[in-house]
Amino acid sequence: MSMADTFLRWRYRVIPDHLLGEILAKRWIDNAIPLLILLIVIAAFGFAIPGFFGLSSIANLLRQWGEFSLLVMALMIVMVAGGIDLSVGSTFALGNIVALALLTVGGLPWPLVVVLTMACGAAVGLVNGVLVGYLRLRAFLTTLVTLIIVRAIVDMLLLTYSVSIASTFIDSEAWYFLGEGSIFSLPVSVVVTLVIAITVHIVFSRTRPGWSVLATGGSRRSAHNVGIPVRRVICMTYVVSGTLCALAGVLFASRLGGAGADTGVGLEIAALTAAVLGGNSLGGGRGSAAKAVIGSITVMILVNSLVRMGVNSGANSLLLGLVLLGAVAIDVRFLKNKHKLLSKVYVSPTYATLPTAPATTAPSPYAVNDRLQGVELIGLGEIDGPEDVILDEDDNIYAGNRVGDIIRFLAPDYSRQEIFAHVGGRPLGMAFDRDGALLVCIGGMGLYRVTKDRKVEKLTDETNRSLLSVTDDSRLRLADDLDIAPDGRVFFSEATTRYEMAEWSVDSLESRGNGRIICYDPIRGTTRTVLKGLVFPNGICMANDGQSFYFAETWACRISRYYFDGPRAGEVEVVIPDLPGYPDNINRASDGTYWLALVGMRTPTMDLAMKQPGFRKRMARRIAFDEWLYPNINTGCVVRFDDAGTVVETLWDKKGDNHPMITSMREHKGHLYIGGISNNRIGRLKLEGMDPAWTGPDNYWRKA
Amino acid sequence: MRRLGSLSQEQIVFGLAVTLCVVFALTLPGFLTTNNILNLVRSVSILGILGVAMGLVVIGRGIDLSLVALMAISVASTLQLISTGLPLPQALVLGLGFSLATGLINGFLVAYVEIPAIFATLAMGTAIYGFGRYFMFNLDVIYFTPGAEALRWLGDGTVLGIPAPIVVFALVCAIAHLFLRYTKAGGYLRAVGDNYAAARITGVPARPMILTQYMIAAMIGFVAGLVTAASVASMNTRVANSTYVYDVILVVVLGGIGLSGGRGAVRNIVVGTLLIGVLLNGMTIMDIQYTVQNIIKGVILLTAIVIDTILNPRDEQTAQQGDI
Repeated sequence: MSMADTFLRWRYRVIPDHLLGEILAKRWIDNAIPLLILLIVIAAFGFAIPGFFGLSSIANLLRQWGEFSLLVMALMIVMVAGGIDLSVGSTFALGNIVALALLTVGGLPWPLVVVLTMACGAAVGLVNGVLVGYLRLRAFLTTLVTLIIVRAIVDMLLLTYSVSIASTFIDSEAWYFLGEGSIFSLPVSVVVTLVIAITVHIVFSRTRPGWSVLATGGSRRSAHNVGIPVRRVICMTYVVSGTLCALAGVLFASRLGGAGADTGVGLEIAALTAAVLGGNSLGGGRGSAAKAVIGSITVMILVNSLVRMGVNSGANSLLLGLVLLGAVAIDVRFLKNKHKLLSKVYVSPTYATLPTAPATTAPSPYAVNDRLQGVELIGLGEIDGPEDVILDEDDNIYAGNRVGDIIRFLAPDYSRQEIFAHVGGRPLGMAFDRDGALLVCIGGMGLYRVTKDRKVEKLTDETNRSLLSVTDDSRLRLADDLDIAPDGRVFFSEATTRYEMAEWSVDSLESRGNGRIICYDPIRGTTRTVLKGLVFPNGICMANDGQSFYFAETWACRISRYYFDGPRAGEVEVVIPDLPGYPDNINRASDGTYWLALVGMRTPTMDLAMKQPGFRKRMARRIAFDEWLYPNINTGCVVRFDDAGTVVETLWDKKGDNHPMITSMREHKGHLYIGGISNNRIGRLKLEGMDPAWTGPDNYWRKA
Repeated sequence: MRRLGSLSQEQIVFGLAVTLCVVFALTLPGFLTTNNILNLVRSVSILGILGVAMGLVVIGRGIDLSLVALMAISVASTLQLISTGLPLPQALVLGLGFSLATGLINGFLVAYVEIPAIFATLAMGTAIYGFGRYFMFNLDVIYFTPGAEALRWLGDGTVLGIPAPIVVFALVCAIAHLFLRYTKAGGYLRAVGDNYAAARITGVPARPMILTQYMIAAMIGFVAGLVTAASVASMNTRVANSTYVYDVILVVVLGGIGLSGGRGAVRNIVVGTLLIGVLLNGMTIMDIQYTVQNIIKGVILLTAIVIDTILNPRDEQTAQQGDI
C-alpha cells in the first residue's frame, strides 16, 4: 500500500464525514441558526451595555419575558398549523382590561377572574377559528380584522371602566403574588410560561393532537386524506392561542394593575418577529416550544436593550422590521434549499480497498460455465422481484414481491400461484421456524411472522439505540435476511441504517460499515444489536454446528462467520475474504456445504472507485442520481462453499439470458430454486448427486 | 335567487352603495346636498388613490402593507427637505426616488427572495417608518414651510369647481385603467396574478413584473401622500402606525378584487371607494362614536372577505407555500 493510500485510509477513518449529513437531517438542526442569533445578540448587548448581566436587570427582563413569551407561544401554535394570528396583541389587551374590570368593578375572587378572562380570550380565538378553520378565510386578513375589532372593543371598555379601575384598590394578596411574587426565585409569570412551554412541547412531540396540528401545517391536503379533521384542528389552534393571550393579559394586569390605550399595541409585530426569528416556519408544519422560547428571548433582549441604550423609537422599529425581514428571508431560503444541501452532503463515501479478485477462467473454482442453461422457469413474467425463495414440506414455493405480497406457487407443477399473505413493505429474506410459520425480513418494516393460517404478526421493528449514533438507529430501516438458531433465536441483518429500502443501492457508493446484525429473542421478547459496522450485511445462514452463522457483506465481497455460542462465542472469523463478486443470500446445501448467491461481479472500475472516495463524492454531488457509477448487479452466479471456506463449485448462466440476476437460491429435494430481486421469474435446476429427499425445514428442525 | 347568484360582487356593492345613499338621503338631513356629496367624494379620494395602488398590487397577486407608511414617510421626508431649503422640484424628485427605491426593495423581496408579500411588506412598513423617524426627522408631524406652498393647490385648488383631490383621483384611475387594459405590461400584470407559474412558463417576465407592480404602487402612494399633505398643510407620520392601510384593503376587497389575484379592474376600486365614502359620511353625520365606527368597518370588511372567499375560492393548485 502506497503512502498516499495509507494517508487516504486514515483520513477517512478519522474524520467522520457522514455525520454532517446526519446532523443536517435532524429536526433540531433548525434551532441552530436561531440559537446562534440569540448568542450573538446576548454577546453584543452584554458588551455594549454595562450591567446587562446584573441581577436586577435580568429579573426585570424575565418578568416581561414571561408575558411576551406566552404571546409568541400562542402565535407559534397557530403558525405550526399553517395559519397566523395577528390578533394576539389585541387579545392580550382585552385580557388585561377584562381581568381588571372583573376584579375591581365586578368584585369577583381572583381565581374566577383568571378563568373568566381566559374564557373571554378563548371566545375571541373561537371567532378566528370558525372563520379561518371552518369558513376557510385567509388567516392573515381575518385576524387583522379581528385585531381592529378587538382593539375597538378594548377602547370602548377603557372609556367605560378606566376610571373605576384606577380608583379601586384590589384587596387580594394572591393577586399581587401573581404579579410580583416569586417561586424558587423565579417570577410567577416565568414559572407559568415555563410550565406551559413544557406542556406544549410534550403535546407537540408526544401526543396525537399535537401530531395532528403538525401534520395539518405540514401538508393540509395530506392531513385531510389520512383522516385528520383539518378544519377542527385549525379552529382549535386559534382557541388555544386566544386563551394563552388572555392569560398573558392577566399576568400583565396583575403586574401593573393599570389599563392604558397603548397596552399591546404593535405587540403582534414583535411576537411575529420572535416566532419567525426562533425558526417557526411561516407555511406551517415546522415549529416548537423551544423555538418560540429562543425567539422571544432574542426579541425581548433586542427591544429592551435598544430602549436602555436610549435610541429613539424610530431606530427600534427600523431594527425590528429589518430583523423580521432577515429572519423571514433566512427561513424561506433555508426551507427551499435545505433538501438540496442535504442531498449534496448526505452521501459520504469512504475509503475501501478490496483484495485482488480471483480469476473466473479455467483453473479457478469460479471459472465461467453454463450450468444454469438447463434452468426451468417458474412464473415467468408473473412475479415481480422474488428476492428470496423458500419451500415448505409440501413443496410449495414462497416468494416476496415488490408490492408487499408473499406469493405462494402451488406444488407440484407451480403453474398456479396465490397471494399467501399481504404484509406490505418489501419482503426480503425468509425462513421457517420450528412450528412451520414463515419468518420474513421486510424492508422498511422489520421482522414479521406469517403463521400457517396466514396470520401476519410483527415480531420486532426496533432494536437498542446506539449510544453515540446521530441518527436514531433504533428503528429498522432495511431488515434483509435472517436465520433461526436451534434455540429459536432469530439473527437477522439490517443492510444499512443510513438509507431507506428504495435507496439501498446508494449505500454501495459509501462502502462504509453502515449495517448490523441483530438478534431477536422470542423467549425474552428482546431485540439487541450483536454486530455493528458491517458493510451491507446481507445473507445469513446457520452453520451446521448450531453455534455460529455465516454472513455475507455485500460491498466488502467477503463471507464471515460469527460464533454466538460455544467456546468461541463472540468471535468473528473471515471465511472467504476475496469473492469475485458481491455476495447476497447464503443457504444450506444437502451435503453440509453452503450455497451462496453472487448478485453481481466486481469490475476493475468499481474496485478502483472504491479506493477513491473523493471521486465518488464528487460524482454524487455533480451528476444526476441515475448517472452514478454503481456496482454491477446484473450478472452473477451461484457458488457452493464448505466450512473451511473452500469454493466447491460455481453455477453460471453464460449467455445471461436464461437466469441472470440472482440474489438467492434454495435447495429442496434434489433441485435448486433461484430468485432475484429484480428478476421476473423463479428458476429451478435439477442437481446431480445431491440428496433427492433433503428439505430445508426437515434439516433444520427434525434432526434435533 | 338565481338572478342574485349571477350578480358579481361589484354589482352587489354598487347596489348597496346606491341603497345606502337613498336611505341616507331620505333619513339624514343635509346628506344629499352638492356640498356634502363633493365633500364625501373628496374625503375618500385619497383612500381611492391608495386603493388604486393597492388594487394593482392585489391584481398581481400581492399585497402592499407598507403603502401607508411609505406614503407618510416619503412625503414627510420631502417636506423636511424643503424646510431645510432644498428647492421644491429637487425635493419632489428625491421623495419620488425614495418611494421608487422602496417599491423596488419590496418587489425584490417578494419576487426574488420569495418572501410572502404580506410579510415582506409588513416588515418593510415597520422598517420604513423607523428609517424615516431615525434618519430624516424627529417630530411626528411635519408642517408645510413656505417653500412648499406651491403644493397646496393639490389640496385646496379646484378645476371647474371640482376639488383638486377628486381630479387627481380621477386622473390616477384613468391612467391605471389605460395601463391595465391597453398596455402589454398591464396584461402581463394580470397574467402573473392569475397564475404565476403558468405566466412564467409562457415567457412573461414574471419577476420583473412583480418588481414593477410594487414600484407603481409606491409611486401612486407618493402622489396620494402629496394630496394628503396638501389638504391639511402637514404630514402626520403617525398614520403609518394606524389601521389606515386596512381601510385601503377594505376598499379593494369590497370592490370585488379577489385577493387570489388576476381578477378585477379599476372600476371595482371606484365602487368600493364609493361605498366606504357613503358609509363613513353617513356615520359621521349620525355622530357615531369613533370606536364603534371602527367595529362597524371591521365587521363590513370581515363580511367582504367572507363573500370574497365564497365567490373566489382559493385555487389549491396554484396556491403558494406560505400563502396565508
